[in-house]
Amino acid sequence: MQRATMDLWVGLFVMAGIGALLVLALKVGNLGTYSANDSYEVTGNFENIGGLKVRAPVKSAGVVVGRVTDIQFSTETYDALVIMNIDSRYKFPKDTFASILTSGLIGEQYIGLAAGGDEATLKDGDTIMKTNSALVLEEMIGKFLFNKASEGSSSENSDKN
Amino acid sequence: MPRRIVAGIQSVGHRVIDSIWRLGYASRFFLLTLIKSGTSLHRFTLVIRELYFTGVQSLIIILVSGLFVGMVLGLQGFETLQRYGAESAVGTMVALSLLRELGPVVSALLFASRAGSAITAEIGLMKATEQLAAMEMMAVDPIARVVAPRFWAGVISMPLLAALFSAIGVYGGYLVAVILIGVDEGSFWSQMQGAVDFRYDVVNGIIKTCVFGIAVTAIAVFEGYDAAPTAEGVSGATTRTVVTSSLAILGLDFILTSFMFRGMG
Repeated sequence: MQRATMDLWVGLFVMAGIGALLVLALKVGNLGTYSANDSYEVTGNFENIGGLKVRAPVKSAGVVVGRVTDIQFSTETYDALVIMNIDSRYKFPKDTFASILTSGLIGEQYIGLAAGGDEATLKDGDTIMKTNSALVLEEMIGKFLFNKASEGSSSENSDKN
Repeated sequence: MPRRIVAGIQSVGHRVIDSIWRLGYASRFFLLTLIKSGTSLHRFTLVIRELYFTGVQSLIIILVSGLFVGMVLGLQGFETLQRYGAESAVGTMVALSLLRELGPVVSALLFASRAGSAITAEIGLMKATEQLAAMEMMAVDPIARVVAPRFWAGVISMPLLAALFSAIGVYGGYLVAVILIGVDEGSFWSQMQGAVDFRYDVVNGIIKTCVFGIAVTAIAVFEGYDAAPTAEGVSGATTRTVVTSSLAILGLDFILTSFMFRGMG
């Protein structure tokens, strides 16, 4: 085979390989939809994060607006510090409400942001004041059973009276 | 009877010493290849010729098997996920399993049997027909002229082939899940993009393929260079290349996976 045709084929091969990498990065991966460069960092204190993990999505009205980048434990307040990067295209008021929600009954957990009415917006390094912890199923069942039991005993008492 | 036992122990010891000796020789050979690869990178046309033989000629097998692996993943993923009403997550499953494991591993296995064996046979036959000795007589270093270009061509083409494998596999999954079965196209892509992280999944997959490329081609060129200069020796070396590099790929994959994906918590 001639050198020129061989060079042509190798060039095509390398181009196709790099094209495949681009497809993987942009179409399959999240590089096209969300990049870490133009984002701002916000911290939220949660009493209980349940099963939230790093890289979990941050959603508002169901749309992914950012990602959880780090989860730490604060020994000052004894609660969890969740650090999230939010795309700088989306500005949120200072009194935004952050809660840990679950997609579906047994799906993954994510942070849901509900915008407040404040004029000032969250900036890089700000802390979200209003947070709502994850619903822990065991605690809910425990509360439910406790309520049932106390209802039952109170109704017994009323019967006696 | 005791003599037999002694002979048995001796043969085991001989094998162990022999394999350790070969490992040392292989490491020395690998270092020598790296040191002498300066000239081959300088004369890049040598590498381009080898890229044609290892990369371009492996394209068809890589693309066809990538397509079919993706299609099978689409079918099987749909079959299982549908039970939980999560069939729109089939894109996520196809993409993650291709990017993290199947793309790098299967394409490296195919590459080892398609290109690695060819490299070994070529170098081994060059040795058997005394072409390497003739080069040395002409003061041409066979490691710099024959071994290093093949090594670098393999190292360059492996990540590209694996990327093509994964990309066409994702489209194979798309073909089956969206066009044949009728999963919603929007949720197929958007769930995939939501779950696949560029740094965590794509880059780690590329690192894996680079490691596999180095391992496979290093084994292939060493086995070729070390082959006994007979027809039997070359065939044995070719077999050893495929066996050793397949085992090396799977072993390295376990080690790399345990470093890279240890849960996201």
